[in-house]
Amino acid sequence: MVMSWIWTGMVAVSFLAAAFLGNGGALSAAIPQGAQEGLLLAISLAGSICLWTGVGKLMEHAGLTGLLSKLLRPLLGRLFPSAKKDVHLENCLSANVCANFLGLGNAATPMGIQAAQRLAQGQKGIASNELCRLIVLNTASIQLIPANVAAVRASLGCSSPFDILPAVWVTSLCSAGLGVTAAWLLGKVWKK
Amino acid sequence: MTDYIVPILLLSASLLALRKQENSYDLLLGGASDGLKLLVSLVPTLILLLTAVTMLRASGAMEAISSCLSPVFRFVGIPPETAMLVLIRPISGSAALAVGADLMAQYGVDSLVGRTAAVMLGSTETTFYTISVYFGAAGIKKTRYTLPAALFADFVGFFMASVTVKLLM
Repeated sequence: MVMSWIWTGMVAVSFLAAAFLGNGGALSAAIPQGAQEGLLLAISLAGSICLWTGVGKLMEHAGLTGLLSKLLRPLLGRLFPSAKKDVHLENCLSANVCANFLGLGNAATPMGIQAAQRLAQGQKGIASNELCRLIVLNTASIQLIPANVAAVRASLGCSSPFDILPAVWVTSLCSAGLGVTAAWLLGKVWKK
Repeated sequence: MTDYIVPILLLSASLLALRKQENSYDLLLGGASDGLKLLVSLVPTLILLLTAVTMLRASGAMEAISSCLSPVFRFVGIPPETAMLVLIRPISGSAALAVGADLMAQYGVDSLVGRTAAVMLGSTETTFYTISVYFGAAGIKKTRYTLPAALFADFVGFFMASVTVKLLM
């Protein structure tokens, strides 16, 4: 339902702006052109999506996710103290974070949801501090290889589409770090 | 250095899989055909959203929104051309991809705006969607400070994207 509002909003704003600015010709020309560009964008993403879904599966079976979760365990224990007492929760949490890190969105969400359900048990529908932190961590993605963005860049003729990697890493580390810090500080003052 | 990151990742994943006696080629193939299914579900969305985004740009609305918000964006230090992307990124991932691809095509992939858009896309998430999925599944009614904290993280991401593109690229 949200998308219906967004779509209608975008079309309505375009119509009003074009009527007001006298851009009717450009607006109607944009409709078939945009649809075509949408398909072209999908095609330019196709190879990369297929390849990286494959690589994701390979990394999972090669044990990279397991290796990563071992490295992350001490940090996760600090962020989520309940995980120290609950092995299943700890596994779900580390699988969620690792899958996000390796760009495996399809694997990350079910694990994250399981962790969230476990953290929500006995809380009477009120989000605990740990649950809030988990969700903030998930909304501020830390991703090793942003393959889709690189694919778009490559399709537009960029000679080294992955040169954004250091900038992406620094940016997402800052955003996740400060987001979780903000959540931690708010958790101290926000009443239940 | 960055040129070797992706090849090294591919090589080490393949070698580790071989060492564990996993059939790496079959895994890649299976994953790639899952990717094809994902792509098919993405095509209609991208067509609709790129139509809407192209309409927004051709009508002059995108420019009007950017110039309305440009004093704020300039003050913070984020390129005002990315205003539309910043507004839509927390709400819809595919719409943000459409807006971002459009920005990269308009201003050039290696321009400041194009690169900032790419870093923004690569380092943020669809906040509202994520929150609703997780809290919905966990049966949470009182979300407390999650939304402000998550939006703050997004803001840090948009701001840092503008900074890192200038400093690191």
